[in-house]
Amino acid sequence: MATCKTDTPAAVDIRDRMNIVIVGSVDHGKSTLLGRLYADTGTLPEGKIEKIQAICKQQGKEFEYAFLFDAFLEEQQQGVTIDTARTFFQWAGRQYIIIDAPGHKEFLKNMVSGAARAEAALLLIDAVEGVRDQSKRHGLLLSMLGVKQVTVVVNKMDLVDYGQETFALVEKEYRAFLSQLDVTPQFVIPASAKLGDNIATPSPHMPWHNGPTVLESLAQFSSESEQGEQPLRFPLQDVYKFDARRILTGRITSGRLKVGDQVIFSPSNKSAVVQTLEAFNVEPPPTQAQAGQSVGITLDEQIFVERGEILSHERSLPLVSTTFRANLFWLGRRPLDMDKLYLVRLATHEVECRVAAIHRIVDADNLSLDQQQTNAVVKRNEVADVTIQAKAPLAFDLYADFETTGRFVLVDDYDVSGGGIITEMVADREETLRIEARQRDFAWVQGDVTLADRAKHYGHRAALVLLIGPDITGKTFLAKKVESMLVAEGRHVYMLDPENLRRGLDADLQDEDARETIRRYGEVARLLIDTGVLLISTTNSFNLPADQAVEAIRTLVHPAPVLTVYMSQEAGASPIEADLSFTGPEDFTRTTHDVLAALKQKGILAETIGNQPVFQFSI
Amino acid sequence: MRHLRQLEDQSVYILREAYKHFDNLGMLWSMGKDSTVLLWLARKAFFGHVPFPLLHVDTSYKIPAMIEYRDRLAREWRLNLVVGQNKKALAEGMNHERGRVECCTALKTNGLKQLLEEKGYTGIILGVRADEESTRAKERYFSPRDKNNDWDFRDQPPELWDQFKTSFPPNTHIRIHPLLDWTEINIWEYIKLENIPFMDLYLDKGNGTRYRSLGCAPCTFPIKSTASTVDEIIDELRATNVAERAGRAQDEGRGMELLRKDGYM
Repeated sequence: MATCKTDTPAAVDIRDRMNIVIVGSVDHGKSTLLGRLYADTGTLPEGKIEKIQAICKQQGKEFEYAFLFDAFLEEQQQGVTIDTARTFFQWAGRQYIIIDAPGHKEFLKNMVSGAARAEAALLLIDAVEGVRDQSKRHGLLLSMLGVKQVTVVVNKMDLVDYGQETFALVEKEYRAFLSQLDVTPQFVIPASAKLGDNIATPSPHMPWHNGPTVLESLAQFSSESEQGEQPLRFPLQDVYKFDARRILTGRITSGRLKVGDQVIFSPSNKSAVVQTLEAFNVEPPPTQAQAGQSVGITLDEQIFVERGEILSHERSLPLVSTTFRANLFWLGRRPLDMDKLYLVRLATHEVECRVAAIHRIVDADNLSLDQQQTNAVVKRNEVADVTIQAKAPLAFDLYADFETTGRFVLVDDYDVSGGGIITEMVADREETLRIEARQRDFAWVQGDVTLADRAKHYGHRAALVLLIGPDITGKTFLAKKVESMLVAEGRHVYMLDPENLRRGLDADLQDEDARETIRRYGEVARLLIDTGVLLISTTNSFNLPADQAVEAIRTLVHPAPVLTVYMSQEAGASPIEADLSFTGPEDFTRTTHDVLAALKQKGILAETIGNQPVFQFSI
Repeated sequence: MRHLRQLEDQSVYILREAYKHFDNLGMLWSMGKDSTVLLWLARKAFFGHVPFPLLHVDTSYKIPAMIEYRDRLAREWRLNLVVGQNKKALAEGMNHERGRVECCTALKTNGLKQLLEEKGYTGIILGVRADEESTRAKERYFSPRDKNNDWDFRDQPPELWDQFKTSFPPNTHIRIHPLLDWTEINIWEYIKLENIPFMDLYLDKGNGTRYRSLGCAPCTFPIKSTASTVDEIIDELRATNVAERAGRAQDEGRGMELLRKDGYM
């Protein structure tokens, strides 16, 4: 059965592989180009063309190369590609996955899904119709998706009598458009996919074309990535403890990592030394790894780190903020809603966020315009310049500097509904405190006893319980009860009333020095937490709105867990989203138990003391 | 070799994302070359461990050597093997003579549905590849199925960069496809590179035939081939343009689109 075709270039050993996407407006001939490419290089399965020809004859339709890859019945009936297909193709020592993306506007999310997997693109423009909205939109999306290598194919040249002038007009218009996106096409090729002109063989009808055929142009795309030469970025994916080893896993998105490297985790500011690189069925074990690799590492000490953190070297840290500005393409069924909570996923970090501002809609036709639009509504398939504000600080980069850690998706309910690239870090209110905490943590001198040792010894993690709410709601009373009950259990607890700082450490401050008051409080809390203590505090003395006070304290004690408890006389909305809320409690014993239960549920308190309690510090 | 490591890195990343996000996760293992490579990749991803059950939907018509191989690896690699079977359909005498699509639907699709329902898996890892067959070419890495196991291929969720669909409403599950980007040749190249144990049904043992794709005995046919080593298989595949599943009867006509829409692998 196997036919021998050893003379085809496909039989050569494979050197590398590459994903290429074919994009462009609907009916500009993407599927036809793909079919033709396979047919003319002899890489179709035996009998495939005959089979499709027979079906066409049966249905009374003219055979089209597009039918070779439009697999779904509906696609063939309507003559339109619905979803992206991966097709495989080998030529001249390279294995290609060619992704045929739909051009119809309705299926833009499928086009985006296809293009997001690609390293290079063929962008088709119909010589008769010229540059259409979708041609521009696809060009814009390619640049946002990180596809930097583009070759433009001006198709259906047979329908314009292979006219060089028609071609030159399309080429000029589209080059001008791409230049606004800082994209220079590698080639612009006049072709006819239907008739095979300049697809796999040079066209006799267009002797004026000096460039390559489409097939030749594929070999000109580079599969070398620059990411290996950039500073290290390694987003933490998971932490495993299947056996004696505690292995941190993830995929290096840029740079290199070696055994013995000192690495910093952002945003927690923890650091450790890489002890080993772990791998299954690899002898001898690897000692270094680089961008693209999925790896596992062990550290010289057991530090508390979580999925979502980004490992880097200290000489090149990622940015950290709750807020950033980005270009976002929106694929959600409903328009982007500024009142709604979304999830932002950036590398492996996932956190709730809001859209804080919509600056303008980026239209493929007005790329260079810089006007502000107010009350802009971002509808499905639109691109917008927005500010995203997350509920907790994220580590990230600007997209211009780092591809993978400079982009994110928004998740609405269960679905990925938009993707964006970060254009600017926005300093939030805590920026100054965050920088202070970062520099202080890097320089922190630590004894031999780790936080994990202390947690085992005391039966709880070091943490902070913050009681907030109006005056005379029993906050101090509750704080005392929680402290007493935990001490009676044998835990290491301390009630720190901010009033105690006022006459001493803060004696030089006035009421209007609210930010300095809270900074000093935060640093004291940070010191005490480093002793392994479970700290309980009220927030009455701070001359700041509760949400600002809590955020400032969180920033300074980060990454220690903070449990917030809101107390009020009457039912009403808390100024912050508290972990626990109590209204006019009368039974304080029960309230105290509720706080203890919440501490256990958050994994701060061990269920029992002694006998080596186990804590889930990460993941 | 570099292209195989790139494929491995992506598949390992997908497996770790699946393990991170799905509490009740299982991996389908048919003992064929693809799902065995998938199993090997799981051992890579989890450093020699396989932290979820391996599910085999047993139609009772499998080639006996496949069951021996299954039980041997399960022992040696300390696998948690879960075998499901549509006993009711078998008791009623279901076999391929009642129609291939009918038989596949009853014993494989419905056998799988019963297993999912019984065990409540929310994530199922499968070794399907995009180059096998044209509807698989349109799959996502993380592909949702509704409560009837139906695949809504008209409205698949977007998949951007390495951000997958990992959350889902109740009563639905996600199919996870770490091998989508692998070709048949890549599978054999990787088996050779990693020295993965595979069934010798894939090799010619002197009678000039071998299996290229393994399924149920009545519906899977050997091909004419003298390839008796992995190297010879790779050479043969590089020179052929006959489809891999040409020996699989249920693929004829629109069989696969209809089967897969209703929840077939």
